[in-house]
Amino acid sequence: MGETADQIFVILQHWIVAHAPGILQPILAPLLGVIAIIGVFALLFAVTTVLERKGLGRIQNRYGPNRVGPFGLLQPIADGIKSVTKEDIVPQAADKVVHLLAPVSLVLAAFSLFAVLPVGRNMVLANLDAGVVFFFAVSSVTEITIFMAGWSSRNKYSLLGAMRAIAQMVSYEVPLILASVTVIMATGSLSTVAIVEKQAGYTGIFPHWFVFTPWGFAGFILYMIAATAESNRSPFDLPEGESEIIAGYFVEYSGFKFALFFLGEYLGMFAISGLGITLFLGGWSAPFSFLTWVPSYLWFVGKLLFLIVMFIWVRGTLPRLRMDQLMNFAWKFMLPMALINLITVGIWHFMQQGILRWLICSVIVIASYVLLGRGLTQGWKLEKRIYRFAE
Amino acid sequence: MLGEGIAKGLVETARNFFGSYVSKDRLTTVQYPEERLPQIEATRDFPFLVYDGDDWQAGMRCVACQICEKECPPKCIYIEKSKDKKPDALGKPQFYPAVFNIDISVCMSCQICVEVCPFEAIKMDTEFELSTDNRFSGLLWNKEKLSKSNEHYNKIHPTEAAEVDARLAEDKAKAEAKAKAASESKPTPPTSAPAPTGAVHG
Amino acid sequence: MLFTTFAILTVAGAVAAMSFRNLVHSVLALIAAFAGLAAIYLQLGAQFIGLAQVLVYIGAVAILIVFAILLTRDKKVAQQTVSFSSWKLNGVVALAVFAVIAWAIFQSPTLQHEILPEPQVSMQQVGNALMLRYALPLEIIGLLLTAALIGAVTIAISEKYEKHERRERE
Repeated sequence: MGETADQIFVILQHWIVAHAPGILQPILAPLLGVIAIIGVFALLFAVTTVLERKGLGRIQNRYGPNRVGPFGLLQPIADGIKSVTKEDIVPQAADKVVHLLAPVSLVLAAFSLFAVLPVGRNMVLANLDAGVVFFFAVSSVTEITIFMAGWSSRNKYSLLGAMRAIAQMVSYEVPLILASVTVIMATGSLSTVAIVEKQAGYTGIFPHWFVFTPWGFAGFILYMIAATAESNRSPFDLPEGESEIIAGYFVEYSGFKFALFFLGEYLGMFAISGLGITLFLGGWSAPFSFLTWVPSYLWFVGKLLFLIVMFIWVRGTLPRLRMDQLMNFAWKFMLPMALINLITVGIWHFMQQGILRWLICSVIVIASYVLLGRGLTQGWKLEKRIYRFAE
Repeated sequence: MLGEGIAKGLVETARNFFGSYVSKDRLTTVQYPEERLPQIEATRDFPFLVYDGDDWQAGMRCVACQICEKECPPKCIYIEKSKDKKPDALGKPQFYPAVFNIDISVCMSCQICVEVCPFEAIKMDTEFELSTDNRFSGLLWNKEKLSKSNEHYNKIHPTEAAEVDARLAEDKAKAEAKAKAASESKPTPPTSAPAPTGAVHG
Repeated sequence: MLFTTFAILTVAGAVAAMSFRNLVHSVLALIAAFAGLAAIYLQLGAQFIGLAQVLVYIGAVAILIVFAILLTRDKKVAQQTVSFSSWKLNGVVALAVFAVIAWAIFQSPTLQHEILPEPQVSMQQVGNALMLRYALPLEIIGLLLTAALIGAVTIAISEKYEKHERRERE
């Protein structure tokens, strides 16, 4: 019974394919997966928008939206109707083809990121041998679409926002990939399915998730910070800073294209959290061995919701980082930390199991964190400001 | 250590989030059309004319002295004196306003008309939900719309109204005492006093 | 059939990249060409090269080109596509070169042998080769890249220090 509930979607897919006409059969199985992904994650996007607004509202001592449905839960429908019926204004000097192409390609790239995430046991759309590399390759296509958006508006400020966004995304890709490399080193494989299966065992009641190891914990924190920066979310949302350059690179977009950008960004956030769950939090495996009767896809969605709540919580707490503070943080703190983490994984891999390797790896990680933290904060003395052009 | 401030901030935000479900001072929203914030007593929005008793025309305290019209800074009051007189609260015949218009869209609720009125006839109301769909005359209020009873005044500004009522009652008592003293000091009723014929100055 | 589509995409992208007036449009067409190439690599089964093509060329080189264009733009925009007055002669020369290269390829001994089964090179083998057999070239390339990085930073820093010193002296 537990087995059936767990594999219900796989069984359903096989049943539909078996009953379909012969011509359609080769493409029907992946097509069903694609439709399911689009449906589920678009729904999750709608839920996240209302969750975020209500969550931020409660953090800021106010109600969120509470007029549209019971407790405002039907707000996404109202938002959807609004964005579809708004006038689509394209600036006269704008590059029309690129202006249209940018949000479309962002959404395309963002949806294709979900192809390598194992959402449940045996439930991955494309079991690539190099799934993680595919993920990072497609997420670098996202950066190009942001540039296209910023440039095609022929607006100095949106171009500036796009440049900052690309600089930020490129510099935070380095700690992101290095943090993922630690997991790849520990697993020995680039396939997301293999990584999850390696974490699906239990010793006693505790799982083998990588986040419960010293290097895994450091790697997870690094990964989540870099993921926040990659999705342009607070506190790293300078490129789309709502109070500074209004919406930065998508200021000239209105109506449905704006909604598509929003969708693309949130989907990118889900995808990168999904990869984080796959790499560090054990994918679809349950946290305790006595909870394995709950279907695997529910665990994945639960962990995804947990990470989304973390994102919303951090957004409601921290102020925005300035561009140079962002860059300093990426290159002077996160990169050395990620490199030291790599060494730690190596040491972990070659030592025998036992308390000694836990001790040594924890000491290395904590010591490097404290020293690097001290090094980063030392340069924060206030001194007289030097203006490059104003004197 | 790096990250300490962030952790403290996160704890504070979480406290706000969970606290907003249990305590009122972590959720200070007043959902406007259904709930309203209570107004303090000295709230002032737009003026109204006070009348005593039940009949708003007979009991109106205003005697059309036009002081408020002259003192009003944006000149939003328009008064036309009547041709005849009617007895006021103290029994003395007084003029009354035939036309008394205030343009609410101009009035800035400065309360100067209230301060200068010698007859306690115009006071400040507390009503602010006054939107109308008649752009030109919806906010031009005439005498009838402006008249509200003394009970209303007592309800919205209790302490002020009590003070005003006390003062008016004192004046009335003094006037009655004077009238009684005057009527007692004269031994004979003044029947042969020449009565002025219809020359009413106004 | 699939190969034809990707080949057409690549060639069309390259031709468009040369013939668009607007520089940024040419970059976007170039990205399409890169994507076509990556698809061809993937179709041939070379997973590492295909994904590295997307990751490096589209994700880094294209962005670099974009930054270079935007930071060194001049005000004038080309008014017409690049066209040569002697295009007939140039076309004949290009065709001649193409014919010579094609003849050379068809004459080569590799094509005469029977087609061998394609080697299954997995990522693991590529990684092993890089770390064991070709470790020295890898380290030298790393050194080269580090030198380039340090050089770029040095040039940028010295500019900032120069301006700062000049202001200090005043």
